[in-house]
Amino acid sequence: MRLRESWVAFAALGALAGAVIAAPAASAQTAMPSLSQAAANTSNWAMPALNYSVTRYSPLDQINASNAGQLQVAWTFSTGVLRGHEGQPLVIGNTMYLVTPFPNTVFALDLNNDERIIWQYTPTQNPEVIPVMCCDTVNRGLAYGEGKIILHQADNTVVALDAETGKVDWSTPLASYKEGATGTGAPLVIGDKVFAGVSGGEFGVQGFMAALSLADGHILWKAYSEGPDNQILFDPNTTMSLGKPVGADSSLKTWKGDQWKIGGGDTWGWISYDPKLNLLYYGSGNPSTWNPTQRPGDNKWSMTIFARDPDTGVAKWVYQMTPHDQWDYDGINEMILADLTINGQQVPALVHFDRNGLAYVLNRATGALIAVHKYDPAVNWTTGVDMNPSSPNYGRPAVVAQYAPGSHGVNVNYQGICPAALGSKDEQPASFDPQTGLFYVPTNHVCMDYEPYPVAYTAGQPYVGATLSMFPGPGGYMGRFIAFDPVTGNTTWQIHDQFSDWGGALTTAGGVVFYGTLKGYLRAVDAKTGKILYNFKTPSGIIGNVMTYMHGGKQYIAVLSGVGGWAGIGLAAGLTDPHAGLGAVGGYAALKNYTALGGQLTVFALPGS
Amino acid sequence: MTVTSRLVPIAFVVALGCGVAALAAAPGNPTPVKESGGIWTDKDGAPTFAIAKDGSVDWGTFVGFLRYNDACLRCHGPDGAGSSYAPDLTQALKGIDYAQFIAFVAGGIQAVNTAQQLVMPSFATDKNVMCFIQEIYAYLRARATGGLGRGRPSQHAPAPKGFDEASYKCLGIQM
Ligand code: HEC
Repeated sequence: MRLRESWVAFAALGALAGAVIAAPAASAQTAMPSLSQAAANTSNWAMPALNYSVTRYSPLDQINASNAGQLQVAWTFSTGVLRGHEGQPLVIGNTMYLVTPFPNTVFALDLNNDERIIWQYTPTQNPEVIPVMCCDTVNRGLAYGEGKIILHQADNTVVALDAETGKVDWSTPLASYKEGATGTGAPLVIGDKVFAGVSGGEFGVQGFMAALSLADGHILWKAYSEGPDNQILFDPNTTMSLGKPVGADSSLKTWKGDQWKIGGGDTWGWISYDPKLNLLYYGSGNPSTWNPTQRPGDNKWSMTIFARDPDTGVAKWVYQMTPHDQWDYDGINEMILADLTINGQQVPALVHFDRNGLAYVLNRATGALIAVHKYDPAVNWTTGVDMNPSSPNYGRPAVVAQYAPGSHGVNVNYQGICPAALGSKDEQPASFDPQTGLFYVPTNHVCMDYEPYPVAYTAGQPYVGATLSMFPGPGGYMGRFIAFDPVTGNTTWQIHDQFSDWGGALTTAGGVVFYGTLKGYLRAVDAKTGKILYNFKTPSGIIGNVMTYMHGGKQYIAVLSGVGGWAGIGLAAGLTDPHAGLGAVGGYAALKNYTALGGQLTVFALPGS
Repeated sequence: MTVTSRLVPIAFVVALGCGVAALAAAPGNPTPVKESGGIWTDKDGAPTFAIAKDGSVDWGTFVGFLRYNDACLRCHGPDGAGSSYAPDLTQALKGIDYAQFIAFVAGGIQAVNTAQQLVMPSFATDKNVMCFIQEIYAYLRARATGGLGRGRPSQHAPAPKGFDEASYKCLGIQM
C-alpha cells in the first residue's frame, strides 16, 4: 500500500463553507449506494441508530458469547477535540464517517488503507454558539443518504457534504443560536427528505421538527411543539390523543397568554420511522422555565411523543407523558419500534424509556397506551399512570406532591426526588434484542433536591429558575445497566456502576450486548445472563454509543470515548450528599479521579485474520 | 431594613468591561463590616459573607447559592467546584477581586483555539445574573475563602422585608 504524502487543500468558497482538506483518492471510487441499499447491507452502519426502528440490534454474529472475552483493540483514532463525545460513527462500504463535538469536524476514514483520512471538513461557526449549548458542545452523529453525509451543526445549521469529497452541497440554517437555538441531535434521512430538530429548552426556544429536501436543502415543513394548530401541524379532527381527536387549539389552551412562544419543548433526541405506516416518531423536551409555577397549565405539547406523516408533517397521534413538567424530565429519549407479542397477539409497539423513570409501551399505529412501568424502583415522583380509559385522568401520571416542585409554591426546597433532572435515562439509547425479546437500558440511578424560583426571560440567555442538588439513588451507586421487559415490568438482570451509565447500548445476533461506562470501560455482556465477558478501559469516559460493522470478513466493535456532556458537569467534581453529612464515599467520589478529557475512537475485533 | 433597588449601576459594569488584565488583584480581607438589604460588605465596600458560629449563612450568601445554581452551575459545576470544561471557581476566586469578577461576568471570556473551545458568555443583559451579582460574588467568596462547604447551606438568615418584591421588580416579572 502506498500512501501519497502530497495532501491537497481545497479552500471552500462561500461565507458558510468551512475548510475541506482532502487527500487524493487511493483507489478508483465506485458510485455511492442509495440509503436503502446501504442499510440493507448488514456489514454497514448506515443510520445513526443502525435502522429506522432504532433498535440498535445488529444481525452480525462473528463475535459471540463464547469468544467475546478474546476481543482486542484493532485500531484507534484521536478526534483532536477534548469535549464530550456522544453519538456514533457511520460505516458505508470501505469508509467510516464521524463527527466531533464543536467545532463539528467531520472525518472520512479509509478502512482499506490504514484508516487514513480521505477528507475532513470543519465548518466555520461563531464561537458564541458554545455557551448557548446547555450541557456541553456534544453532537450525536451524522446521517447518510444518496451519496451525501448530513451534518447537524452546533449552530442549528444542517449541511449536506459530498460523501466522496467532503465538499459542501447545501447548507440550511434552521433557527438562530442568538435566540438560544442549537443543534446536537443526529438527523435522519427518509427517501428524499432530511429530518432534524432543535436544542434550547434551557433558553426558551420553541421546539420544532423540520423536514428538508435532500436534493437542495430547502425547508419543506416545520412542525412546532407548541402554538396554534397551523404551527404545530395538527388537524383538530384527525390528530388523535389516547383515542380521541385533540380538537382545536389543543396547545394554546394549556398555556398562560403567549408563554408558548418561549415554551421550550425542544426536539434534540432520536428520530425513528415506520415505513409501513409511513410515520415519523420523536419526543419533545421540557417546557421552559424550570420554575413550574411561572407557567401554569399542562404546557402541551412539551414532554410528548409525536407520530407525524413525514410527507406533510401533520400529526397522526400524540401522547403527553409529563403534563406541566415540574422536574425537567424531557421526553426526547428514543422511540424503539418493536413488534411484540402481548397476550398472544402481535402488536406493532413503540417502546420508550422516558427521563421520568417510566417505560411506555404504545401501539405505534394508533397511539393507544398498552403498558407503563417504572424501570427503576427508586422512582418516587409518581405512583404510576392511570390506565383506565374511562377515567378523566386516563393516561396521566399520579403525582406525589411532596416530590413535585411547585406544588407548595416557589422558594421551597423539594427534597429526595427520584429520578434527578437528568432522568432515570437521558439520551443514551437503549437497544432491543429480538432474540431475547428484552430491552437493554443504560440508566442513571440518581436523585435530587429541587428548589424553584422566579426568573426573567431574555432572548439568547438561559431561562432556568431552579437550584438542583443531585446525589446517588438508594444503594449509593449511580449506574444501573438493565435487561428489561417493558410489557411485564420485569428486570431480568442488572449491573451496577459507581457512575451513571451514559453510553448507548448495542445488541448483536452473537448474543452479546455492548455498552460503555463513564469511567471509560467498553463492556461486552452476555445478553441472557448479564455476565461480563470483556471489560476494557479506553482513554476517557464513554458517553458515546457502541456500534458494529463488518469489513474484510471481520466484525468490528467501535465506540467514542471523551467524557463530558451533562454527566461531565455534575460528576467531574463529584456529587455531595445533602443528607448524609461528611464522609461520603463511593458514588460521591469525583469522576475526575478516574478519567480525563480526550476524544478517541477505539475499535475492537477478535484476534487473527 | 427594606430593600429598594437591586441592580448594580450599569455604568459601573460598563466602565469595568475593558482592561480586565489591569485589574487583577486578590480580594482583600473578607470581614463583614456593614449590612444593607441582606447583603454584607467588607471595608472596601465589596460584597462578602457573614457565617455565624452555628454555620448559618447570611441572606445574601444564601441567595447567591441559589442564583449561582441557576446561571453558573451548567458550566462551573455544583458548588462552584468546576466541570469538565470550566474552571473551579473556589480556586479562581482566591485571586480575583470584586471589580475583576464583575468584569469577567459582564464581559464574558473566550479562549478558542485549536486545542480548546472555552467560552463564557457576557451576562451584562441577563437580569437573572445582574440582579444578584453581589450575592453570587458573596457566595463564591465564601466558598473560596470563607470555609463554606459544598451543598445547600443548611441554615440561613431570614429574607429582609421587601426582598421578593424588589427581586421581581428588578427581574421585570409579576408573580
Ligand atoms: C457557558 C459556560 C459558562 C457559564 C454559564 C459561566 N461560565 Fe464562567 N467561565 C466559563 C469558562 C469556559 C471559563 C474559563 C475561560 C478561560 O479559561 O479562558 C470561565 C471563567 C470564569 C471566571 C474566571 C476564572 C478564572 O480562572 O479567572 C469567573 C470568575 C467566572 N467564570 C464566573 C462565572 C459566574 C459567576 C457565572 C454565572 C453567573 C459563570 N461564570 C457562568 C464558562 C462559563
